[in-house]
Amino acid sequence: MKKIEAIIQPFKFDDVKEAMKAIGIDGMTVTEVRGHGRQKGHKEVYRGQEYEVDLLPKVKLEMVIPDARLDEVIGTLTRSARTGKIGDGKLFVYEVAEAVRIRNDDRGESAL
Amino acid sequence: MQRNHVVSLLLFVSATALAQGPQDVGTRLAAVESSVKAAQSAGDNSWMLISSALVLMMTGPGLALFYGGLVRKKNVIGTMMQSFILMGLVTVLWAVVGYSLVFSEGSPFLGGLKYLFLNGVGAAPNPDYAATIPQQTFMVYQLMFAIITPALISGAFAERMKFSAMLLFMTLWSFLVYFPMAHMVWGKGGLLNASLGGKIPCFDFAGGTVVHITSGVSALVCALYLGRRKGYPHEPMKPHNLVLSFIGACLLWVGWFGFNAGSALAASALATSAFVATHFAAAAAALSWVFVEWIRTGKPSVLGGISGAVAGLVAITPASGFVKPFPALLIGLAAGAVCYFMVTKVKSWFGYDDSLDAFGVHGAGGTLGAILTGVFATNLVNEGFNRPLGAVDGNGAQIVSQLVGTLIAWGLAIVGTLVILKICDWILGVRAEPVDETQGLDLSMHGEEAYNLEA
Repeated sequence: MKKIEAIIQPFKFDDVKEAMKAIGIDGMTVTEVRGHGRQKGHKEVYRGQEYEVDLLPKVKLEMVIPDARLDEVIGTLTRSARTGKIGDGKLFVYEVAEAVRIRNDDRGESAL
Repeated sequence: MQRNHVVSLLLFVSATALAQGPQDVGTRLAAVESSVKAAQSAGDNSWMLISSALVLMMTGPGLALFYGGLVRKKNVIGTMMQSFILMGLVTVLWAVVGYSLVFSEGSPFLGGLKYLFLNGVGAAPNPDYAATIPQQTFMVYQLMFAIITPALISGAFAERMKFSAMLLFMTLWSFLVYFPMAHMVWGKGGLLNASLGGKIPCFDFAGGTVVHITSGVSALVCALYLGRRKGYPHEPMKPHNLVLSFIGACLLWVGWFGFNAGSALAASALATSAFVATHFAAAAAALSWVFVEWIRTGKPSVLGGISGAVAGLVAITPASGFVKPFPALLIGLAAGAVCYFMVTKVKSWFGYDDSLDAFGVHGAGGTLGAILTGVFATNLVNEGFNRPLGAVDGNGAQIVSQLVGTLIAWGLAIVGTLVILKICDWILGVRAEPVDETQGLDLSMHGEEAYNLEA
């Protein structure tokens, strides 16, 4: 099993969610995060003082998927999250050692 | 035909009335007079009680929310507590001796102890101040001013003052700065009292000098003495919740009608005039701050709008019962622009951390308003005076008296605040410990977290 961690633009989240549902992936954990890569922040003015704000709001998605579907999920996710501009985000893939459904002790891919 | 009937009826009634003798008419006339007085009192007293409530609302929750929203999340409770606790503390001080020190006769600088423990302050009016309402109403109305004035100072030492030291500071400040200033301007025999025989008549209808200059200048002294917040100005310390500040500012605007129009001490045409002047100044100042900001930064902000409105309200405070509506608009326009300049340019030139712009808005706005009162005051608005009032009445010299009052307020605030800070620092230490400041006053001083949204 693989865990996908994707950091995307907040305004693309709905598109990504719909795209995942369309291919039958409906389990994910969503967190609101802040960060940046190469995208520069923006300047804000408060009471005449200028500040660099370089921690930008993003959305982090985490989902665990069967090995066989990895390329399909990566492709769907990146296509739906892409705008083509700097700041689109990144996606990381991790190995998952075990998965357990808490309700009934299912293990492995049947727990996903 | 009908006219003849009316005439006959009138003749009959008058004849009957006259026939009953002067004694009866005299009694009835006296009864009518006292009914009129009672009606006048009822109208005045109800307005004044409402005004008192409005002014208290300005402190809690008005100012508490306005300031609370402007600080970082970890300090919102501490900030609100600084306003709230004064609602308790100043009330007790006022009741015991404060009212007496301001409003009883004494020296030109401070009153006496005639009303200690509010002795004699009851249903009977005090004709020196307000002849148609119980003195108790007048006392409680003035109490609300005594509460909000020190609360304004908290804007300067937000996020870094020790709570215990603040309590001591506020107590000493009330005695050393507020009571003397209020007595000088509003108390009988006060040096600056324009209505009750002050040597230097300074027009201050609702507290431009007494409230805003004293607190605003004290705020600057506090900001300089306590020093900047850790991380200022490199770290952005943005308002954590502008929604709260917005609500607070609107409550301040509405409450200010009690503050200014209530200072007419009657439900009169003067109260209406002050009400209108207050509103016009707030409106004009909100617009002028927003437009200046729009031009300078390209983005008109809500924070700018509400700050502008407050600046206008501050500036019109001394002038509210003395100026006509359109001069009020001008005062507002000026205040919005001047205070914008104070909190953006001047503050960053000098680098002081007046965290919530108490000096930039109240100190500067109050000074501007006090001086402009000398320009625009007219006895056409305030008929209680039958002499030329301000420059528009031909009495340009009034501006000098206004300047004197302003300078006295500045001087008293500076000296008094420095002395008090030294005392508090020596006894308790005024600045929060660095670890407490970093953790946030809510947890370190009050053991509370404002938002437990996951609970």
